Parts: sequence; C-alpha cells; structure tokens
Amino acid sequence: MKEILATPVFALLISLLAFEIGIFVNKKTRLAVFNPLMLAILIVIGILIVFKIPLEDYKKGGDFISLFLTPATVILAVPLYKNIHSLKKDYVAIIGGVIMGCITAILSIWLMGKAFGLSPELLASLIPKSITTPLGIELSNQLGGIPSVTVAAIVITGIVGAVLAPALLKVLGIKDKTAKGIAIGTSAHALGTTKAVELGETEGAMSGLAIGLAGLVTVIIATILSRVGLF
Amino acid sequence: MKLLRQFLIVLIICVIGEVLNKVVHVPLPGSIIGMILLFVCLITGVIKVKMIEEISCFLLDHLAFFFIPSGVGLLAYAGILKKNLVPIMVICFVSTILVMIVTGLTVQLIKGRKAK
Repeated sequence: MKEILATPVFALLISLLAFEIGIFVNKKTRLAVFNPLMLAILIVIGILIVFKIPLEDYKKGGDFISLFLTPATVILAVPLYKNIHSLKKDYVAIIGGVIMGCITAILSIWLMGKAFGLSPELLASLIPKSITTPLGIELSNQLGGIPSVTVAAIVITGIVGAVLAPALLKVLGIKDKTAKGIAIGTSAHALGTTKAVELGETEGAMSGLAIGLAGLVTVIIATILSRVGLF
Repeated sequence: MKLLRQFLIVLIICVIGEVLNKVVHVPLPGSIIGMILLFVCLITGVIKVKMIEEISCFLLDHLAFFFIPSGVGLLAYAGILKKNLVPIMVICFVSTILVMIVTGLTVQLIKGRKAK
C-alpha cells in the first residue's frame, strides 16, 4: 500500500481529485472565499497528513504538474494580445494607473514587511502577491523568496480583492468603467477579474488586460529594485 | 497531433527564453522573456493566434491546477507560516486595498483630465 501512495500517479490522482472537489464546492456555494485552488491545496495537504505521505513522495508527481508552469506563463501573451485593442483609447490613463498601482504594491509590502521585521526570504515571497500566479512564482524564485508562500499570498490577495472591490470602488466614487476594471485587475489579478466580469463587459476586459500589464510592470520594477539592492 | 504540434511551438519559445536568461544573461526569468517574445511574435504576425489556439485554451483553462504542487509545498513551511500569519494577512489585506485605491483614482484622474 505504501508503495502505491508513493507513486507519481497517485500524486497526480489526488491533485486532480482535489481540484475537482474544489471546483464543485466553489460552484455550489458561489463564494469567493471557497477558491478552488485554495481548497485543492488544503485537501491535498490534508491527505498527505492523514495518510502520512512524505512531501518528497508527493513531489515526484507534483513536479510533473509544475512542468507546465513555464509554458503556462509564456501563453499569458495570448490573452494579453487579445485584450490589447482595448488599450488604444485610454492608453495613457491605463498604463499610468497600472504603473502607479504596481509601485504602490511593492512599496506598501516592503514598508509593512520591514515594520513587522519579516525575514528577507519572507519579504521576497510577498512582493509578487498582487500579480498572476505563474508570473508571481517566477518573480518569487528570482528574488529569493519561497514560491509556496507566494502562491498562498496571491490566492489570499485575490479573494480579498474580489470580495471588497464592489464596495470599495463605490466608497471611493470610482464610477468610470475603465478605472474600475484596471483597479481590480492590477490589485487582484485573475481572481478579481472574475468579479470584474460580473460588473460588466468593459470592466471585465479592462481587468483582463491589467493582469498581464501589471504582471510585466511588477516583474520589471521589482527586478530593477532588487538589482539596486532594495531586497 | 495538432495539440502536440502547437505545444512544440510554445516549448521552442520557452527554450529561447531560457537561453536568453542563462546564456545571454537577460535579467528577467526565462518564462517571462518567453511571454514577451510570444507577445511580440503575435503583434508582428510571425505567429498567428490560430497556430496556438488549442494549446493556449488547454493551458489557460487549467491554469489554476498547475499551481497546486507549489501550494502544497507550504507544508514544508508550516512553522514559518504559523509564526508570521498575522503580518502576512495584514500585508495582504492592506496592500490590496491600497493598490485598488491608487490604481482606480489614477486612471479616473487622467481620463477625467483628458475629457475636459
């Protein structure tokens, strides 16, 4: 029995099964808090603990899944390309907003991280937390962070953004559809975008555009700052 | 074969990205160089969306699934996480709200100025 639990096929099986359950629960409850990825991660961790399967054994199959991360990152160029036409009209406002948002993200995380006295490793793991997961994992690796912590922070950020967005934008008096979409996509990546799509077509498209733009801008700014020696 | 042929195109771009990162020392992760390369190829028409449509749907539709192993890796960091749970949660909440405020107001401000 132990040998079966240690095979890569078993790791693949529990990952797929956990993801199916995550999607099912999310669809049934329609609650952003029950994010399919978060549920799947918790279910797999639960199975590993209950059946006393070492993380190394799970990793054999897990590495097979992670293999798809690089092509999945490269392919993000496709939605960015498909959304790029919506950039034409207000490109100064959109790019200006995204750059300001990315700077705010990096600075606020850095300042709070320093104030809390986080280790450089943990701080580097949190820097990419507002961007889409494949780019975030890469950036975390490059900055010397812990990609697992980055994934968790990205999911929490997405849930917070998706849940708070409608009320927050209303309180701030942000009525412009482009501004709403870009704000949601820049702060809460793909998870926020699911909410933006509910608000309207323009909001959804803009949020989708912001995922790719904010990801690239954050990677570039963070790379420059790390070269300067900020983290 | 179609899906695999399309996958080949994507993998070639991945490898070029890795080469630019490791051999030419472009200071960005290989996969992100690859993403920029593919974007440029799409804009210039060197690669048509049609040529990679199916593989891009496959990868994008299942995107979240590919992150599960990275997330499960948290198990090895349970100690660090438990000790820093409050700072991590505070940072996630506060910075997300700040980014949304700054981005939304900036876009609305620049757009409003242009309209006048």
